[in-house]
Amino acid sequence: MPEYTLRLRRYDPETGEAPHYEDFKVELEGHRSVLEAILQVRNEQDGSIGVRCSCRAAICGSCGVRTNGKAGLACHTHLDAAAKNSKHGENVIVVEPMGNMPIIKDLIVDMEEVHWKKIRRVTPWLVAKEPVPEREYIVPHAAMVDVTQTMACIQCGACVSDCMTMEMDPLFVGPAALAKAYRFVGDPRDAEQGQRLKDLSEDPHGIYDCTHCFQCIEACPKGVAPMSQIMRLRRRAGSDFHIDDRNNGHRHEMAFIKNIRKNGLLHEADLLPDSYGGKFHPRAVPELLSSLPVVLRALKTGKVTVKKALLHEHKASPEIKRIFDTVENREVRLEYNLYISGNEDDLADDPADTTGGTATATLAPPVVEAPAVEAPAEPAAVETPVEPAPVAEPAAEIDTEAPAEGEPTEGDTQ
Amino acid sequence: MKVAYWPGCVSRGFTPELHGAMEAVAPLLDLELIGIDRASCCGAGVIAEHNQELADTLNARTFALAAETPGELMMNICSTCQGAQSECQERLDASAEYRAEINTTLEAEGLAYEKGLVTNKNFLWLLVEEIGLENLKKKVKRPLTGLKVGPFYGCYIVRPTDRLGIDDENPRDQYMQMVIEALGGEVIDYAGIYKCCGFPIITMNKKASLQMAGTHLADATDADADCLVVPCPLCHLNLDLQQPMAAAEIGRDLSMPVLHLPQLVGLALGLDNKALGLQRHVIKPTSVIDWSTAVIGSTVEAGW
Repeated sequence: MPEYTLRLRRYDPETGEAPHYEDFKVELEGHRSVLEAILQVRNEQDGSIGVRCSCRAAICGSCGVRTNGKAGLACHTHLDAAAKNSKHGENVIVVEPMGNMPIIKDLIVDMEEVHWKKIRRVTPWLVAKEPVPEREYIVPHAAMVDVTQTMACIQCGACVSDCMTMEMDPLFVGPAALAKAYRFVGDPRDAEQGQRLKDLSEDPHGIYDCTHCFQCIEACPKGVAPMSQIMRLRRRAGSDFHIDDRNNGHRHEMAFIKNIRKNGLLHEADLLPDSYGGKFHPRAVPELLSSLPVVLRALKTGKVTVKKALLHEHKASPEIKRIFDTVENREVRLEYNLYISGNEDDLADDPADTTGGTATATLAPPVVEAPAVEAPAEPAAVETPVEPAPVAEPAAEIDTEAPAEGEPTEGDTQ
Repeated sequence: MKVAYWPGCVSRGFTPELHGAMEAVAPLLDLELIGIDRASCCGAGVIAEHNQELADTLNARTFALAAETPGELMMNICSTCQGAQSECQERLDASAEYRAEINTTLEAEGLAYEKGLVTNKNFLWLLVEEIGLENLKKKVKRPLTGLKVGPFYGCYIVRPTDRLGIDDENPRDQYMQMVIEALGGEVIDYAGIYKCCGFPIITMNKKASLQMAGTHLADATDADADCLVVPCPLCHLNLDLQQPMAAAEIGRDLSMPVLHLPQLVGLALGLDNKALGLQRHVIKPTSVIDWSTAVIGSTVEAGW
């Protein structure tokens, strides 16, 4: 049986000692989990090790830790896989508490202080649309399927742990909470989609604060892809609700689109002023002045010449313009979500699949409501279901699940 | 080897030295670059954020144009292009029905995207997987002996790992370290290797953006790196062009030269500084240049 060295980061604020690393030897098969190794060490060698866990089956979301620097569930990480990625020597596995959250003891972080506060920040419940129907709400099936990806979240906090924006800006609402926000923004039964989006767009630490680093997608053990949900929030806020936020988020997006439609390739000299609303926009003046040293440096080093900045060397071909027009003028945005619709190759390999390996292009949920002006959602707009749902059980899908964080669970040591 | 060459926008815009360095290095590596001139911007994630189908269609068009060249595969020199295009390609390859929908738009131009026809590799991947490290070593004229290089991957070329084909067989998240060693340099391990440079939020949250750049540059400085090397021109913008502002933001003097990958390769292959456009950097790569024009293979003296 292989022997692993479990290098645990120990910290107990009550002792007054500095955090330190402690090595433990464990003998376990490689397919056993990091959590099993930690529990074995705790049972047989040192009962004071603090770790939070419950289901041991990647369902409850309690055992989030960093293994060899990467956040994930300890019960969902095999020892052999963890050892292979180790930079610390043969069969050495370093286990640390998750990042971006204060440590209570050893591997236990204070989820309340960061994660749950941020989750509450996004009003994580359905605000029912009036009038409440006598029986159930009738909603298009596709719309509910669309939010299943965010409903897969088990609140483990792995994405929060590794979020790179949060590292620099602790006020960032963050990947888990924003994914949760899409859960309700994408739900046709919610009455306040417009306000939710307005709030999260205007917040300087909201949806436009995400830096596209893909860490949350990488960390999530459940395929929620929080960053993809943040991009959907941006699409809905900008394109459907026309929210012109004060963080230059939507303006930057539109400046980029305009730039490529016109030039085919990015013409950077126009992008910056346009992102602030144009060279003469009151908001642009201070921003551009503060960027002046950068522009001067670019000119000085010959990165840019005045001629290059003023002349538009590249022009988008008519073909590129035609693509923009065709796609932008569609009534419904076409989206292919791999989480929901899958990959035709995987489907072909699956004997249980009866579709013969044809992944169907489930187009994104019909974007039903799109108020033309900045205004709260018109309740009337969704009254007509796109397709009748004969057995609608949406009420049961209201997502209020949360692992019983405060409750003592089996194996919970503090 | 002939490749359909996609330099991206920024390598011909705000970091022209990157495209120039690639063109200078290519012949030394027996690479023939065939430009995909009619192609458009990959969208850098922003177009996809606005409208996924738009990004997928524009990139499907780029792939279709690449397939028309005699290139064996498509090569880019920008991590962000790699990441954005891989994301689109993943969706295009996932469903015949979706492909057909996209191809309907491309039809008018006589183009179509076909699954499996185009392999798109960043120059870094191509160096290791096609040219090969042994082969690269043989071409080194001026080994980077004693030069301490910190790799800075950025995000788009390392995450998500499965989309970017990073596995045991292709440890693409180790390639920069492997290339630096093959060129004779010393790899510096520091906290920022796989972090975000902050560029995507520079217009939305300048403070956090500059803090990211500044922190990683400071970490590399503390780890005693002589320079950083990046496979992404957008990282270069935040790490080099914005370095004085990043330094002000974190309240520390910084003077860390940042090289584009083809520049580092070019130096080892014997090209001179001008040909590689090193004079176009905001932070002058003095420590690198002085070393390379001095006695070949000498160790960098402290105090440069």
